Amino acid sequence: MRFNLNGKTVDVRAHPMARLLDVLREECGLTGTKEGCGEGECGACTVLVNGEAVNACLVPFGQVRGASIVTIEGLRGRHPLQRAFVTEGGSQCGFCTPGTIMAAAALPKHATLDEVRTGLAGNLCRCTGYSAIYRAIAKAQLAQGGGTTTTNRKRNTRRQGTIR
Amino acid sequence: MRTPVSAFEHLEPRSLRDALRLLNDERPPVPMAGCTDLYVSLKFGTLGGTRFLNLWNLDELRRIRVERDILSIGALATFGQLIKSPVVQKRLPSLVAAAREIGAVQIQNRGTLGGNIVNASPAGDALPVLAVAEATLVLRSLGGTRRVPFTAFYTGYRQTVMRPDELLVAVEIPPVEGTQWFRKVGTRAAQAIAKVVMAAVRAPRPRVALGSVAPTVVRVPRTEAVLASGGSIEEAQAALQTEIHPIDDLRSTAAYRRRVSANLLALFWRQTGQGEPRA
Amino acid sequence: MRRRARTPVVGRSVPRREGLEKVTGAARYIDDLSFPGMLHGLTVRSTVPAGEIQSIRFDFDPSGFTIVDHTDIPGRNVVAAIVDDQPCLAERTVRHVAEPIVLLAHESRERLAAAKVHIDYSPGTPVFDPAASKETLKAITIEKGDVGRGFDAADVIVEGEYRVGHQEHVYIEPNGVIAVPSGSGVTVYGSLQCPYFVHKALKTLLGLPGDKVRVVQTETGGGFGGKEEYPSIIAGHASLLALKSGRPVKLVYDRSEDMLATTKRHPGVIRHRSGVTRDGRLTALAIDVLLDGGAYTTLSPVVLSRALIHACGPYRCDNVRVTGRVVMTNTPPNGAFRGFGAPQTQFAMEVQMERIAETLGLDPVRVREVNALRAGDTTATGQRIGRDASALRVLGEAVRRTDFRRRRKALAGTNRGLGLALFLHGAGFTGSGEVRLASKASLELTGRGARIRVANTEIGQGARTTLAQIVADTLGMPIDAIEVSQPDTARVPDSGPTVASRTCMVVGGILEQCAREMKRQLAGMTPREYLRRHGPLVVTRQYEPPPGISFDEETYRGDAYATFAWACDVAEVGFDPVTYEVRPVKMTAVQEFGRPINPVLAAGQIEGGTAQGLGYALLEEVVMLDGRMANAQLTNYLVPTTRDTPPIDVVMVENRYRHGPFGAKGVGELPFDGAAPAIVNAIRHLGIDIRDLPATPERIMEAIDRGGRGIRRKA
Repeated sequence: MRFNLNGKTVDVRAHPMARLLDVLREECGLTGTKEGCGEGECGACTVLVNGEAVNACLVPFGQVRGASIVTIEGLRGRHPLQRAFVTEGGSQCGFCTPGTIMAAAALPKHATLDEVRTGLAGNLCRCTGYSAIYRAIAKAQLAQGGGTTTTNRKRNTRRQGTIR
Repeated sequence: MRTPVSAFEHLEPRSLRDALRLLNDERPPVPMAGCTDLYVSLKFGTLGGTRFLNLWNLDELRRIRVERDILSIGALATFGQLIKSPVVQKRLPSLVAAAREIGAVQIQNRGTLGGNIVNASPAGDALPVLAVAEATLVLRSLGGTRRVPFTAFYTGYRQTVMRPDELLVAVEIPPVEGTQWFRKVGTRAAQAIAKVVMAAVRAPRPRVALGSVAPTVVRVPRTEAVLASGGSIEEAQAALQTEIHPIDDLRSTAAYRRRVSANLLALFWRQTGQGEPRA
Repeated sequence: MRRRARTPVVGRSVPRREGLEKVTGAARYIDDLSFPGMLHGLTVRSTVPAGEIQSIRFDFDPSGFTIVDHTDIPGRNVVAAIVDDQPCLAERTVRHVAEPIVLLAHESRERLAAAKVHIDYSPGTPVFDPAASKETLKAITIEKGDVGRGFDAADVIVEGEYRVGHQEHVYIEPNGVIAVPSGSGVTVYGSLQCPYFVHKALKTLLGLPGDKVRVVQTETGGGFGGKEEYPSIIAGHASLLALKSGRPVKLVYDRSEDMLATTKRHPGVIRHRSGVTRDGRLTALAIDVLLDGGAYTTLSPVVLSRALIHACGPYRCDNVRVTGRVVMTNTPPNGAFRGFGAPQTQFAMEVQMERIAETLGLDPVRVREVNALRAGDTTATGQRIGRDASALRVLGEAVRRTDFRRRRKALAGTNRGLGLALFLHGAGFTGSGEVRLASKASLELTGRGARIRVANTEIGQGARTTLAQIVADTLGMPIDAIEVSQPDTARVPDSGPTVASRTCMVVGGILEQCAREMKRQLAGMTPREYLRRHGPLVVTRQYEPPPGISFDEETYRGDAYATFAWACDVAEVGFDPVTYEVRPVKMTAVQEFGRPINPVLAAGQIEGGTAQGLGYALLEEVVMLDGRMANAQLTNYLVPTTRDTPPIDVVMVENRYRHGPFGAKGVGELPFDGAAPAIVNAIRHLGIDIRDLPATPERIMEAIDRGGRGIRRKA
């Protein structure tokens, strides 16, 4: 079945009822997208289909004919979110990270903190408490010329927050 | 886990007519729309089929439009589409409110209104909205079209009047007079299942519907009558208790659901009224 | 020639070393790996909580299947732990739902999923209520002074009972391993915290010498204690299948199986009886703790130990009696989870302190101030607190930063509540645990710099980075010159487990010693020069306790921990009277853990631990029906989403610890301990009498129905 994967047209053979998640990880060899629950609750399997964030564990392969799919590998390490997640501590164990970055990549450039929280409500993280993820997104927004009233003051607070 | 699928048959109709033909079978395939609960149902054994009818590419079933003052929403419209649709925002803002509370963005981008309706869960977030909006469901089969009032669609827990050869193709909503109101009380602030969900319309003929308090979504006519005739909110709350049948389950208790339903009724009345309700 | 001055990296937020791999999807977790000829494994588990297996019938075409039961175990059928009471595979007796009985492996996951195994049991009589259990796994008593006299000296006595439930880890990556037969032995790759725990368990199970068993940690998607001891079981299962089939076997759980079958935090009932003077000073503390251990002993004795040692919180009292038992029930065994007993008892202590303040009509800050441990005071075990005590400091800072007193007055009677919790956490293993562990760390000279060889694992907390920072600064080398070996028992010494907030403080400390010695031996040469002249150099050092620490495990008296970390959390919550929902609005976490080696990583532990504590406080409930977790899906077991988690204001107070590397103490668990009591005390400020976790809307409604909104003071 033909579809566009990370900018390239591909023709992948897999059962149409197989989960998109399994086809990406196995038939396509792209293991960046993870399975955290298989129920569409944790968001670790988030990919973009036609620019929209979806849980790949819930999408039957047969439904992506002709669609444009972007996975974490498709960002090629060059998306500002990726660098920001590293420097701001947005990634700890890293397992939710690909899905979280893909969901964040689908947010509008000028998303407010409230919109970021809503846009990421389908991505569970057990390590960070989410704060560092917001800081990473705010930093990436600045790098892309976006950004609004996201919580940058938290970063400064933390640096000054060490009391001797 | 990777679902065992090699024995599954996947049918891909090119048109609605094609789909209806395929459904007209002794062993009708299971229609697949947004599939947000397909793999979970397969895993837990609540879905027994092995033949699947993939409706996803039938764009004709996703249209949202107004015709002769009736808002018509295609069954395959996703919740994401509903949220972004100016015409739904204008005419049925309570449906937009409900759509925003379904799962999270990833679910909203795939889950369809038709799926939510046909899935027939008593906790379906959009269902109380359709119940008070007095929507009509458009069912098609090879034999033709029939329209069923939403409030007559459910016959029991996860049971509907749909025949196996029928497909829900659209939801038709007449203009809603009055102020629309919606509130979902979920298990947490997002990506949550409703413990109680209520939609209501404040009008000379008030309408109230609730989910998660009975085997199906329910309108509460006795409660509505009390409100319509100017009864007190306490009388309305008492009537409400006779019309809902919540249970204890994994997520909450009957006692909590009863109390919160009553509280939501009062909140609705307070928030949509002009000051205190008449005692 | 003068060397250019290098900027130290300790104290700076050096980016996480494997960060790039994690954000590009290149990091390889166990399910991303494959081996040629690999089979998939499946565990067939008990569906009854207690009984005897009568028959096992295989209802599938066996071609291509490997089937393993207890008779296939070459060594001893135990999961080697503290007490060897847990079988790796049940023989006849079953003691909990999801107990493993039979293992299957096949090339095809579909054939595996379709394989039906019918097991008949003669049912036993399960015990689910810990209070009704007749089997005590461990009992401990801690005594100090004379509680009888202490109660006599009290003006007021306050009693209370506090309950906490199970908590499930929900590491986003479920448990998984791949076992590969090699020669007459086996290599196990897996998502795990403690390679040498697994190594030890496999030697016993498989009857193999140490050099025939190799355990390698792969990139691990979270642990929180849930991958401390449990992996010994899944690794044992995969190894048995691998050895019998002669093929690599991948055994990875899906979320439901992981939640159903693996360890959880110990539930508990904690009873308090406190004697206090009218001005709030504790004269007597009598505390009784009952923990539910589940069906087998696992680590329960150690959880109980830490629970009891922390039961008095950061407070001083001359007369203390803490008694505790952990008992057996027919539920899946409970185990390690961040905090390891301390969260349960400190929850109770902090709500009890709040109730003492309420009863006496005293300001909750005052009650903490009066009783907080100060330098020179002794704990319940008689440990003298030194200059590394910060209870008053963190309390003062938290109160100041949140304008606590004024804000609390302003919010009184509204639908906003403000509460606090003061708490501590002992870093490293209890008592002589670290000495017994005898951890060893090695540092190997490389052409570019040095390679760290330890068994401690990166599980998200940043160990790979912080350990490299410590070594880099001690050696005076750039951080890029320092490599960290993958934890592989064939290549690294046993530096002990990645638990108990010990990795940075204890193992970092040993590595600091290694680096000092290496620097001395380098004597100004570059690594390349040294290697050319002298050949290879590996420095290995073993843990040495700080001077003057001693603990008696018979009497539970002495220095329970080398040092404590201290913290004060303030929680602000909003209450919805229509739905009884409590929503955390803001958390302030003031924490002293020596000093941060890496501020971003340390803040990550504080923010993450606090958020996990919020889940424990408000959302996370394991529903057990007949000994089985009924809500084993993420739809129904609720961890906080972005919308459930408020902003967390983190303040790191420095108080450098003399015996920690660059002054660091442990910080992995401390942040978890205080979030839940701070939340519940904020709910109490709303006038709602909550004493149990989780404080769900249903429980809040019941509390209001019982007692209204207004906590009555008792004489």
